[in-house]
Amino acid sequence: MKFSDFMAVDAIRSNVSASSKEGVIREMAAALVDAGKIAAGDLESIVKAIMKREDLGSTGIGRGVAVPHTKHPSVDRLVGTVAVSHDGIGFDSLDGEPVQLFFLLVSPPDRPGDHLRALENISRQLRDESFCGELKAAQTPVDIQRLLVEADGHGVAS
Amino acid sequence: MASHLEQPSVSSERDEATMQETFTREVVVGMQQGLHARPADQLAREARKWQSRIELVAKSQRVDGKSILEVLTLAAESGTRLVVEATGPDAREAIDAIGRLFEQNFNEFGSTESGLHESGLQDSGSHASGAGQPAPAPESTG
Repeated sequence: MKFSDFMAVDAIRSNVSASSKEGVIREMAAALVDAGKIAAGDLESIVKAIMKREDLGSTGIGRGVAVPHTKHPSVDRLVGTVAVSHDGIGFDSLDGEPVQLFFLLVSPPDRPGDHLRALENISRQLRDESFCGELKAAQTPVDIQRLLVEADGHGVAS
Repeated sequence: MASHLEQPSVSSERDEATMQETFTREVVVGMQQGLHARPADQLAREARKWQSRIELVAKSQRVDGKSILEVLTLAAESGTRLVVEATGPDAREAIDAIGRLFEQNFNEFGSTESGLHESGLQDSGSHASGAGQPAPAPESTG
């Protein structure tokens, strides 16, 4: 799976204003609403579900990266977006470090395989530290989009 | 005290050069959702408790079990067979601990049965190599 298979480019944010875990999740989910990927009426329920998942264990996987996600019946295909916080946000990460780079995923409950393949793609690409660093330094959504497109080109997509 | 269990479902070999023993064990991903972020986190956390090198081997790749990023690149769906390989001074204990996580389906709801029968400790005949016939249960009362 490639980034282009699930990333909503119109919902990419290069400089979030939020400074809390819930804040950044809400900002990203709202960006998906603005991009027409999720319905405004589902926003609260999706934010709540993602926060509930975070309560089970932070999705801050280290290296300044978090992958907040949930399954939600309101979507019929996997949707995701990327956001960057240049200041970093406390996310209860595994390594205790603040998070600058966020990948938010909302997937249909009956498609666990798609969710796994999106996680696989994200984690495989993030093993490349320069990719990770360039994303964190991105100044505009267009920069981020370009980096994702380049990564899709390099990846031996499975 | 499990000393009466001569050969749990683990195989081992010793590297004479480094005097390090490698234990391997086949496990099956029993969780309906596959080996997703939360179990991958649990697995990497458990693996990091041990000194031994711990790797997961899938059909076409081998990853560091101590790295959640690496474990996630397996994209192991429900039913996937993996081999856990541990090398080092505490390899045996490490592989038991990791095996237990799979046996217990990482304590997830909605798990299938498949993770359970494959890796039970009582399953004394099933070496990871698949060699040999099942040994009779060494259980004796008296």
